[in-house]
Amino acid sequence: MTYSTAEIWLIIALLGAGTFLIRFSFLGLIGDRPMPAIVLKLLRFTPVAVLPGMVAPLVLWPAATGGVPDPARLIAAIVTVAVGIWTRNAIWAIAAGISTLYLALWLLPIH
Amino acid sequence: MTTSTVKAPAKSAYWAGVRDGSPFILMAVPFATLFGVVATDAGLSVGQAMGFTVLVIAGAAQFAAVQMMVENAGIAFVLLAALAVNLRMAMYSAALVPYLGPAPLWKRGLVAYLNFDQTFITSVARYEARPEMSVAERIAYFFGVATPITPLWFIMTLVGILAGSAIPESWALDFIVPIMFLAMVSPMLKSLAHVAAALVSVIVALGLTGLPSGTGLLIAAGAAMVTGALVETWMERRKP
Repeated sequence: MTYSTAEIWLIIALLGAGTFLIRFSFLGLIGDRPMPAIVLKLLRFTPVAVLPGMVAPLVLWPAATGGVPDPARLIAAIVTVAVGIWTRNAIWAIAAGISTLYLALWLLPIH
Repeated sequence: MTTSTVKAPAKSAYWAGVRDGSPFILMAVPFATLFGVVATDAGLSVGQAMGFTVLVIAGAAQFAAVQMMVENAGIAFVLLAALAVNLRMAMYSAALVPYLGPAPLWKRGLVAYLNFDQTFITSVARYEARPEMSVAERIAYFFGVATPITPLWFIMTLVGILAGSAIPESWALDFIVPIMFLAMVSPMLKSLAHVAAALVSVIVALGLTGLPSGTGLLIAAGAAMVTGALVETWMERRKP
């Protein structure tokens, strides 16, 4: 991380303010006016549109292995997604993913 | 109690909220601890990591911001990626208007600060089930749900920060964040439209990794949102 202390605090302050404004938006400022249906429809997909794209390069080319695909991390990612879809529960998916990661790192030590 | 229409005072609505919010302690504790660990590992100071947790108070966005910062992305891209993760909360905000719209501005402001997945989902379920609740009772219930979760979110982040510096590299902490994101997103893959959006996000992001950090992700997210909306519209039309 190469940011200055001031830059880090700027990120924290702006992110805090921005997040609050998103949460306050309709409840506080816009009031009872209805939102266009197309906007609601697009907003509904934000988590599944942002997070998979953010994670995919980290799964395929982890920095910890110098960008070389790592079987242990790949298997852990697949198990996490499978358990998440199956149980519909993030905590179970995290538990399964982390256990698989450690088990696989122990069985397939590539460093 | 189902036949009674006697309005419970705001105090009992608050305690009902505390009761209904308590199970989420199980979720807040590991998430908050891991954030403390990951933030410390990324190089944030104790104050900065706590600043994130108290001022932003949104798990997925906090992890997203720290991940982008580890990659040394431009400040605008760090903010855009993390705020994009939080955009769903604009929907939460809109959905609360019919229930809490008439409340005083400062109370709506405090609700907005505490409007995260668990408080929102739990509260709206209660409001829908009990249309007779007064606005004051609804506000009290919302704060009740937030009461067990919020202080633990702060405290466990601090625990994670203090424990984080003692954790060796062999624990592969670099991969805890991807696992957490995958775990948060995979339960949301509940329709063809959601799966299509996620696939487009992955394919476009991988295809654009050569662009400056954060740019490819924004394009991928935009393409994925449009894909999701289009597929959903298409599915709706196919239904008789």
